[in-house]
Amino acid sequence: MKANCWMGRNTVEVRETPDPKILNSRDAIVRITSTAICGSDLHLLDGYVPTMKKGDVLGHEFMGEVVDVGPSVPNLRIGDRVVVPFPIACGYCTACAHEMFSLCENSNPNAGLAERFMGHSPAGVFGFSHMLGGYPGGQAEYARVPFADVGPIKIDNGLPDEKVLFLSDILPTGWMGAEMCDIKPGDVIAVWGAGPVGQFAVASAYLMGAHRVIAIDRFPYRLEIAERAGAETINYEEVDVQEALLDMTAGRGPDACIDAVGMEAHYPNPAMYAYDRTKQAARMETDRPYVLREAIMACRNGGIVSVIGVYAGFLDKFPMGSLMNRSLTLRTGQCHVQRYLRPLLRRIENGEIDPSFVITHRLPLSDAARGYDLFKNKLDGCNKVVLSA
Amino acid sequence: MSDTHDPMADRLAHMLGWAGVALGAMQVAAPRVVARVIGVDDSPAARATVPLAGMRNLLHAETLLRGRKHSVGLWSRLAGDAADVTSLSAAMARRTGKRRRRVAAVTGVVLAVTAADVYAVLRARRSRQRVAGKEQGEARGVMSVRAAITVRRPRPEVYEFWHDFENFPRFMVHVDSVDMSDGQTHWRVRGPAGRAVEWDAAIVEDRRDELIAWSSSKSSLVPNSGSVRFDDAPGGRGTEVRVNLRYHLPGGRMAAAIARLLGEHPDQQVQDDLRRFKQVMETGEVVRSEGSPEGTRALRQALQRRAQPVA
Ligand SMILES: NC(=O)c1ccc[n+]([C@@H]2O[C@H](COP(=O)([O-])OP(=O)(O)OC[C@H]3O[C@@H](n4cnc5c(N)ncnc54)[C@H](O)[C@@H]3O)[C@@H](O)[C@H]2O)c1
Ligand SMILES: [Zn+2]
Ligand SMILES: [Zn+2]
Repeated sequence: MKANCWMGRNTVEVRETPDPKILNSRDAIVRITSTAICGSDLHLLDGYVPTMKKGDVLGHEFMGEVVDVGPSVPNLRIGDRVVVPFPIACGYCTACAHEMFSLCENSNPNAGLAERFMGHSPAGVFGFSHMLGGYPGGQAEYARVPFADVGPIKIDNGLPDEKVLFLSDILPTGWMGAEMCDIKPGDVIAVWGAGPVGQFAVASAYLMGAHRVIAIDRFPYRLEIAERAGAETINYEEVDVQEALLDMTAGRGPDACIDAVGMEAHYPNPAMYAYDRTKQAARMETDRPYVLREAIMACRNGGIVSVIGVYAGFLDKFPMGSLMNRSLTLRTGQCHVQRYLRPLLRRIENGEIDPSFVITHRLPLSDAARGYDLFKNKLDGCNKVVLSA
Repeated sequence: MSDTHDPMADRLAHMLGWAGVALGAMQVAAPRVVARVIGVDDSPAARATVPLAGMRNLLHAETLLRGRKHSVGLWSRLAGDAADVTSLSAAMARRTGKRRRRVAAVTGVVLAVTAADVYAVLRARRSRQRVAGKEQGEARGVMSVRAAITVRRPRPEVYEFWHDFENFPRFMVHVDSVDMSDGQTHWRVRGPAGRAVEWDAAIVEDRRDELIAWSSSKSSLVPNSGSVRFDDAPGGRGTEVRVNLRYHLPGGRMAAAIARLLGEHPDQQVQDDLRRFKQVMETGEVVRSEGSPEGTRALRQALQRRAQPVA
């Protein structure tokens, strides 16, 4: 089959690989009809996630048609249409029993590796480094889906791919980002990053009853899409973020702040950028935490900072004093996608949300490298790329 | 966890040791490539120092991995780090452009490694002070290994599964088979370098739902004993499983060192066995990925297949 492979820093390539086959009795094989490129893939592309190997198949947002099932997958049949959540989860362990699916205790065969970096291991993830399992991803013609009796959600309502594909990751992620804000009437929520994840966080915060949602980015075309989801916007290249937020909230600060940017933030301040970029290049810190610092400093006393942007390792100059002295709450996590599949599918069916508004580019799988380039460098108004096999 | 010292210090020294093996092997086997990567391929003298530094790294790694006297290996590593930083700063001063940038980047990395080495030295010193005077088993060729895991199944069920020793090959990577007949067990195990080892062991203690202990017969090539204890995990979290193994190694300390150099730290091995045990109990089988098609295994974690379908 054809699959998009990580070939080293800044290089992806569609290559011929063997077809996947069943390795565990609870596996299914899916023929992929649509798959997307995610901000998380950019962290892999740029080489900031350790334990990638040349030739690894990328991609963790995908859906398609079941073409084979192992003997212990009673819920699926050949021909079923499914969306596959990006964390791989057994459905039984203590984490799964508490619906913390991205922390499944059994799905990462390389848990020992992850423990060296993080103390304990999270779940395995498709196409996301060897320390998260060494599973091939879904930017391919076919994929093996472990624990297919737990993860995949069947789509039998005829909704087109582009309305349900993002159930695999970014819609639930934006939703969880907003949910972690514990939104109450009157709350003002600020969202850093008006990428697809931030845009879904904006839409979700409104669905949860936020009074105002403010999106922060520097690309006018992305801020416009966030505006269409209801956000007010701040372009951080035009105004000072802290000042603007204080102004908009009459000095209180946002009740909750969502970091939907993560470890590769862009810096409006060149000196700060040089500091963190140098440390990152020398691998003395892996993450550039500009947004995290700014979100903590901006949040109102006693507020919540919700981190859905991905961080991989270690960072520096973390404003712990601000967090502690002002009784802030920090909430984080890779999305527990399985938890949100059914309720969000229902909202899509009801027409409460149509996630396809984030898509700007539809390309064939063979054009994956161009898709990465457009998405990474924010060229040609690129907001979200969907690849089809 | 090995029954000596501060496990964290051990682990850190161990990691540094393996990193040293990898780097040293590369410096010795492919000095030109290494010289190019660090930006000093323009100087024959610098090219010649690369394999020497490689030998040094291998030697240090060997002391670190051999085990107990980490601090000696660590101190000599520190001296090596200092030498590297000195020659790299000299190399940087003499270079411009892309090469200078490469040398600078490598210097950054060496500084970071130095920081890790300093930390490891401090930690090893502290833990040595803590256990000063305590007898060390491994010196006499006894190796003791502990590991624990929590399994979300009722205690009787977990006990029952373990009690049937014939289940062991389902989750113990090195065990090919265990045959049971009235309290006696016959083990077939793959030892270091794939050599088959067999022994008989008797169940010496068996308390229902609580504990099972076994001990190999006196004539075994590798006399060993083990026990597993089952406790209720608090708050309905299932069962806590604690394993204790003791090996009397032929050739004692040296054999332990060789077993380590061949790739699998015994602690990691037992921990991995328990992980697979948990997977079997909770999901019905050992979980496989394309990077680790055999399932959880320390050796495989160091040498991953790429994440592409298995042909
Ligand atoms: N937690 C999860 O489960 C999960 C799931 C999916 C994605 N993510 C993460 O979410 C993040 C966003 O993903 P995406 O697909 O939207 O990526 P994206 O690259 O499309 O969007 C990131 C946006 O952040 C903006 N940005 C950069 N620096 C900024 C700054 N200083 N202030 C404000 N905005 C800034 C960029 O301009 C860009 O528009 C990534 O880190 C990704 O890894 C997390
Ligand atoms: Zn994603
Ligand atoms: Zn689980």
